[in-house]
Amino acid sequence: MANIHLAINAKSYTVDVSPETSLLTVLREHLDLTGSKYGCGEGQCGACTVLIDGKAQRSCITRVGTVAQREITTIDGLANGEHLHPLQEAFLEVGALQCGYCTSGMIMSAAALLRKNPSPQRTEIIDFMDGNVCRCGTYLRIVEAIQKAAQSSGRSNLAKGAAR
Amino acid sequence: MNKEMNEPMTSLAIEPERYELTAAAPYHFDLDRREFFKFLGAGMLVISVLKTSAATQESGAARQWRGDSLPKEIDAWLHIGENGKVTVYTGKVEVGQNIRTSLTQAVAEELHVQISSIELVMGDTQLTPFDMGTFGSRTTPTMNLQLRKVASAARDALIGLAAAQWKSDPQRLVASDGEVRDPQTKRSVEYAALIKGQQLTQTLPVEDPLAPASSWTVAGRSTPKIDGRDFVTGKHRYPSDQTQPDMLYGKILRPASFGATLVSLDTQKAAQPGVTVVHDGDFVGVAAATTELANSAIAAMHAEWKSEPQPASKELFDYLRKNTVEGKDPTGDGDHYQVGTVDQAMTAADHRLRQTYTVSYIAHVPLEPRAALAKWDGDNLTVWTGTQRPFGVRGQLAEAFRIPEDHIRVLMPDTGSAYGGKHTGETAIEAARLARAAKRPVKVVWTREEEFTWAYFRPAGVIDVESGVRGDGTLTAWEFHNYNSGSAGIRTYYDVPNQRIAFHATRSPLRQGSYRALAATANHFARESHMDELAHTLKMDPFEFRLKNLKEERLRAVFQAAAKQFGWGKNKSAGQGFGMGGGYEKLGYIATFAEVNVDKSGDVKVVRVVSAFDCGAVVNPDNLRNQIEGSNIQGLGGALFEAIQFQDGRILNAKLSAYRVPRFSDAPTLETVLLDRKDVPSVGAGECPMVGLAPAIANAIFDATGQRLRSLPLVPNGLKTS
Repeated sequence: MANIHLAINAKSYTVDVSPETSLLTVLREHLDLTGSKYGCGEGQCGACTVLIDGKAQRSCITRVGTVAQREITTIDGLANGEHLHPLQEAFLEVGALQCGYCTSGMIMSAAALLRKNPSPQRTEIIDFMDGNVCRCGTYLRIVEAIQKAAQSSGRSNLAKGAAR
Repeated sequence: MNKEMNEPMTSLAIEPERYELTAAAPYHFDLDRREFFKFLGAGMLVISVLKTSAATQESGAARQWRGDSLPKEIDAWLHIGENGKVTVYTGKVEVGQNIRTSLTQAVAEELHVQISSIELVMGDTQLTPFDMGTFGSRTTPTMNLQLRKVASAARDALIGLAAAQWKSDPQRLVASDGEVRDPQTKRSVEYAALIKGQQLTQTLPVEDPLAPASSWTVAGRSTPKIDGRDFVTGKHRYPSDQTQPDMLYGKILRPASFGATLVSLDTQKAAQPGVTVVHDGDFVGVAAATTELANSAIAAMHAEWKSEPQPASKELFDYLRKNTVEGKDPTGDGDHYQVGTVDQAMTAADHRLRQTYTVSYIAHVPLEPRAALAKWDGDNLTVWTGTQRPFGVRGQLAEAFRIPEDHIRVLMPDTGSAYGGKHTGETAIEAARLARAAKRPVKVVWTREEEFTWAYFRPAGVIDVESGVRGDGTLTAWEFHNYNSGSAGIRTYYDVPNQRIAFHATRSPLRQGSYRALAATANHFARESHMDELAHTLKMDPFEFRLKNLKEERLRAVFQAAAKQFGWGKNKSAGQGFGMGGGYEKLGYIATFAEVNVDKSGDVKVVRVVSAFDCGAVVNPDNLRNQIEGSNIQGLGGALFEAIQFQDGRILNAKLSAYRVPRFSDAPTLETVLLDRKDVPSVGAGECPMVGLAPAIANAIFDATGQRLRSLPLVPNGLKTS
């Protein structure tokens, strides 16, 4: 066991766990951040996806010791207060969920994609998202939601004159 | 008034393949404690309803199965608070099919209130009326209708209150937007004001006409998922996200193989500080402050198991055929149907065709594995768990712990899908057993491997079909035998004068049970593949051949609508193939057309799927499309590549890296045609749209390659090009 310092959703946490513990376990069991989901435990379904320094990572196969002091974003901290992330808005607008259990992982993966590539082609979306499973089968809606979010982010960035 | 709208078409035949509902209790504990507590109920205005016998069948208090008539009862269904908040109580549960939204719409429609003022309390055994479970696409034809009746009765009661207050004719008054208004005097009063300070309990016979679908204003429109915001922000607490103060995490020691018995057990090394070890009968488990500690305690145990030889997946279909247990159908006699003189008609037919079709065991793979959190308070037990049958799970808990059901409360937070896989209460029992020993709340969340191994599977099956047809394409004889997979959708909707159809129960190497659409998937696969084969034998167009033998008007309509949208009859290029399948299931009508592309390496890609669906009056068009799309995507897995492999009582591919489920790159273009029949009652849509897909794909592969595939999954390793 060791004290590990974590920066999650712009907050600092210290947890006393083995560095080998999975980040997902730490998030869910130790910090009660339950937005990230367990689906497979082997990085195959993407339900546990979080951002580490802006990149999508499967928290179920990420040892917590490897992400100390790095910038971790989970679905619980993606919205800016009451102001939803464009992907969250788009998922609601398109109805890109049924049971919603995959949704946090889907949104976090897509957030990483849009950071890297603000206006992805359809095939790029499918390639990037292929590691995320939606057992309810809402894939086409999720693609549509990501496209919609990309467009609306593009618009708001243009409006703000934001440069990347 | 359309009489049909008030008469739910519900019979309570439970299909034989719902094996899990009649299975023996999973654990028997040595315990005998009983003390009786009563939970307190609350309510300010409760409007109860004297349910019709059909409604009672669905929701009655008796625990009888098999269609026994159940006693009529009176129950609390809808509650309007002094603040105008409407709370509706239903034993149905939300697993992603979005009934929280569609049922809310139904209430809003009849009660004339805003959707935002309605809350649904679902699947809480303390607060909601008994319900046998959320399965079989029954919510829309039954609960939707019941809540409509209750809400319309409540609305009339409110109008009555206003009429009494104003001493006016209730016929003149109208309800709208949470108020009762008098158009003559222009007076209006809010519902909340009408019931303020009162405790009214009304028992109302259901005689009020309901709003016909053609005049719906709230129902019938796409309404976004209620509480959708909680789902996209990660705020919603699924069963596996539930916590309690001082909660421990539980782990179970699993047998080395199915049916293995424990010969010896050494738990000495597991008994570390902070670990509660339970060994009770066949049950061995631990509870600890973290999952890691619980896992290490289980790993430190030394157990010896005795295993029995068991069949492997390689010999599955032979095994099923050789192990029939006629008369042992757990739910009765199965389905044996005969009409005309089949043998004579076969002999007299111009062409005869005999083929065998098979389907593998597949797993539900709900993305949220089974989970339960149990908490004891003296001899009272509360369990939060993801189940389609909270009342069924309560019964299982009562049996396992030998306590009365009224000491047990099962709550069902909206759950991470189920697809028929969450009918039983293993996790609830496991968590409760550990919690009782640890004297603290315990949560058990199955791993993916446990979910793959210790839940139940969709039954595998062998289906023999023999048919006789005249040279002009008229079907004259039909014989259909289903071994093990089930009787849902076993009857043919084609017009055949001579038929013999039978379901044969068999021993099953694996634990099996309900799966979305049940055996309708297998039976439609066999039937619709066979129809295609017959059409090719006769050198007829498969579409024309079907229509020639099909009288059912609603089924013809969906086939025609799908053919039109698909562009049936168009030219195809090399590697391209077109196929269709369709049928009738759970009161809905589906036709599915598929386009596949088979490349030179034998890789099969489903490119486009067109579904035409008739489920009566559409309640929520966008959610309905979502359900149909989901049925097609999920159905794609069982059609193309999903299969459970097993040997020696173990699952060989019990993880997602070894069991392929459909992914983004597998998704074809999906087009959906809705035949919104406002003149007929709404029925469910979670299952029927799935059944046409597998045969449509198989028939399209044949169209592309000339290879007839008769086993599901069709191409687990691509198409073997010979």
